[in-house]
Amino acid sequence: MKTVRIGYLTRVEGKAELDLTIDGEEVKDLKLKIYEEPRFFEALLKGRSFEEAVELTSRICGICYVTHQLSSVRAVEKVLGVEVNDRIRLLRRLIAIGGIISSHCLHLYLLALPDVLGLPDVFTADPKLLVKALRLKAVGDKLVELIGGRGVHPVTIVVGGFTYTPPKDKLMKLTQSLKEAKKTAVESVPLFSADKFPRFEVDCERVALSNPGEYAINEGRVKSNKGLDISEDEFRAFIEETQVPHSTAKHSKVKGRGSYMVGPLSRVNLNFSQLSDDAREAAEASGFKFPSSNPFAANMARLLEVISLIDEALELIDAYREGPVRAPFQVKGGSAGAITEAPRGMNYHWYSIGDDGLIKAADISPPTCQNARRVEDDLREYVPTIAHLSEEEIASKCAMLIRAYDPCISCAVHSIEVKVKKL
Amino acid sequence: MKLKVGVFKFTSCSGCQVELIRMNEQLPELLNLVEFKYWAMASSKLEDGLYDLALVEGAISTPECIEEVKAIREKSRVLVALGDCAVTGGVPSIRNWMSQREAETIVYPKPGYIRSTRVYGIDEYVKVDYYLKGCPPRLENILEVFKAVILGVKPRLRQHPVCVECKLYENECLLTTYKQPCMGPVTAAGCGAICPNVGRVCEGCYGPMSDPNVASMVERLREIGLSDDEILRKFRKYAGMSKLYREVAKL
Repeated sequence: MKTVRIGYLTRVEGKAELDLTIDGEEVKDLKLKIYEEPRFFEALLKGRSFEEAVELTSRICGICYVTHQLSSVRAVEKVLGVEVNDRIRLLRRLIAIGGIISSHCLHLYLLALPDVLGLPDVFTADPKLLVKALRLKAVGDKLVELIGGRGVHPVTIVVGGFTYTPPKDKLMKLTQSLKEAKKTAVESVPLFSADKFPRFEVDCERVALSNPGEYAINEGRVKSNKGLDISEDEFRAFIEETQVPHSTAKHSKVKGRGSYMVGPLSRVNLNFSQLSDDAREAAEASGFKFPSSNPFAANMARLLEVISLIDEALELIDAYREGPVRAPFQVKGGSAGAITEAPRGMNYHWYSIGDDGLIKAADISPPTCQNARRVEDDLREYVPTIAHLSEEEIASKCAMLIRAYDPCISCAVHSIEVKVKKL
Repeated sequence: MKLKVGVFKFTSCSGCQVELIRMNEQLPELLNLVEFKYWAMASSKLEDGLYDLALVEGAISTPECIEEVKAIREKSRVLVALGDCAVTGGVPSIRNWMSQREAETIVYPKPGYIRSTRVYGIDEYVKVDYYLKGCPPRLENILEVFKAVILGVKPRLRQHPVCVECKLYENECLLTTYKQPCMGPVTAAGCGAICPNVGRVCEGCYGPMSDPNVASMVERLREIGLSDDEILRKFRKYAGMSKLYREVAKL
C-alpha cells in the first residue's frame, strides 16, 4: 500500500492538493482537492450594470483575463443585439492571440520547463535561455497592452468594441520582436518533444471550438472527437455540472457520456489543418503525432499554437487599418451566452439582463472547471502504469500530468466551495 | 546577501503575481538581488521563513486564511499588501453588501456547505508595512518596493489622485469637460492614468488617495446624472471596505 500526498501543488495558478492511495497497481483513492477560497462572482455580478460585466469578470483570473473579457463582452452584446464591425473583430482576435501567447509562455517556460530540466523552478536555469523565453512571453504581453491599454486586466474592451483605436504604427513596431519570438518558439521544440514526457495514451472526449474560416478562438461551434457538434447557445443543454464533496471546483461532463478535456490539445487535435505551415512542420519534428491521445502532448500543442498565432498576428497587424471601433447600441433586457477559447480551453459566460440594464443572473464555466473531472480520470488511468515507482516519483509524475492541463484554479473556484479538510 | 522573499496568495485572481512576472527579461537581474524562498506559483521549492520581504496577495475570507496570514506576519520582516484584495478586500469584497445567505444561495445548490466569512484586507488581522494599491498594482510600483526594501528606505508610492497623472499626459478632463463619471479625483495615482489615456473614465481600481473628498465627489456624480445606487456601485467596487469611503454609506 502506497500513500502519495502532494500538500501544495506548485507551479500552477491557485491552491490545490492531491491525495492518492494505491494498493499494488490498483488506485484505492484519488482526490484532486482544490481548497482555493470561493469568490462568489455570479453573486457579486447581480445588480451590477451590463457594462461592468467585462470589468468584473476579468478579475476571475489574473492569467486569462482577456478571454473572460471577450466571453463576457460577446455574451452581453448578444443580449443587446450589438453588431460589431470587422475591425473590432480583428482587434479582438489580436488581443486574444496576445493573451494566449503570454499565458502559454508563462506555462511552458516558468511552470512546465522545470519538470523537463529536473529543477524546482526556472530561477536556477540557464539565464540565457530564461531571457530568450521571457522575451517571447513579453511579445504576448505587449500585444495585450497595446490593444488593451494595460497588461493584466486590460481596460479598453467595452460593450460595442473598444474605447480607443490602437495606432497602427505602434503595432507595426512589434513585428520585429514577433519574428524573433517565433524563432525562439521554433527553437524550443526539442525542449518539449515527445521523448521528454511519459508515453501515456488515454482515450477521452476532447472538446474545442471549431470554425471553418479560421483557427477558432473567439467564435465557433463546439465540436469533439466523439461527434459533439453544437452551437454555443446549446452548451448548457449538452454539458452538465455536478458537485463533488472533495473539491471547490464544480465538475463538468458531457450529458450521457462523461468527463472531457478542453484546452490546447483538444484544439490542435480538432483544428490541426488550420495551424500555420511552420507550426505543422514543428509538429512533425516534435515526435508527437496529432491528433494525439497523450495528455502530456498538451505542452507541445501550446508551443504549436504560439508559433501559429505569431504567424497570424503578423498577418493581422499587416491587414489592420485604423478607423471606428465602437458600435452604437441601446439597452434592452434578455439573456444569452458566449464561448471563447481561453489559453486553457473553452470559457463559457451567460448573462440574464433586465430592461434596466442590470444583471439578474450569471452562469460562468471556465475551462479548469470543465477539465477537473478529466484530470482525475486521467490520473486514475495513469497511476497504475507508474505504481511500481517510489512515492516521491509517483507524486512528481502526477504533478506533471496535472500541470499539463495548466489548471487555473482561481478560475475554477470563482463561485463554489464545498467543505474540505486541509491535511 | 540576497533578499529573502516570500510570495503568498489568499482570496484573489493571481493577477498581481502575474504582473510581477511581467518583468519578463528583467527577471534574471532581479534574481541577482533576491532569492524567492517561497513562491508556490513559480517554484516547487517551498522554504519556511524568515523572510526579509513577504508579498501577500489576496483578501482574507476564511478562518484558515486568518491563521495563515498571522503566521506569515510572524516570519516576515517587511510585509506588503500586494494589490487591492490584500489592501481592502478588493473586488471579492463586493459581496459584503449582500447578506452572506443571499450570496451563498445564488451560487450554491447546497448553501449549508459554505463557511466563508466577510471579506477583509489583510490589515484587519496583521500589521502591514506597505500597501501596493491597484488591480493590479503597476509593475514599476512593485519594483519600487523591492528597491526600497533592498536599500532599507521607504518606497515612494503615490498618494495624490489620478488627476495629477492625467494632467501630466495633458488629457482633457473626462469629468468636467465630458461629464463622464470619472473616479480619478478620489483615486490614488500610480497607474499612469492609463484609462483616461485610452478614452475611458477611471474606475477607481487603485482605491482611495490619501485624503479623498468623497462628499464632493458624490455631489459631482449626482450633478452629471448618476443615481445614488450607481454612485454606491462605483465606490463599492475595488475598495468598498476602505475606511476613507465610509461616507458613502450615508447614501
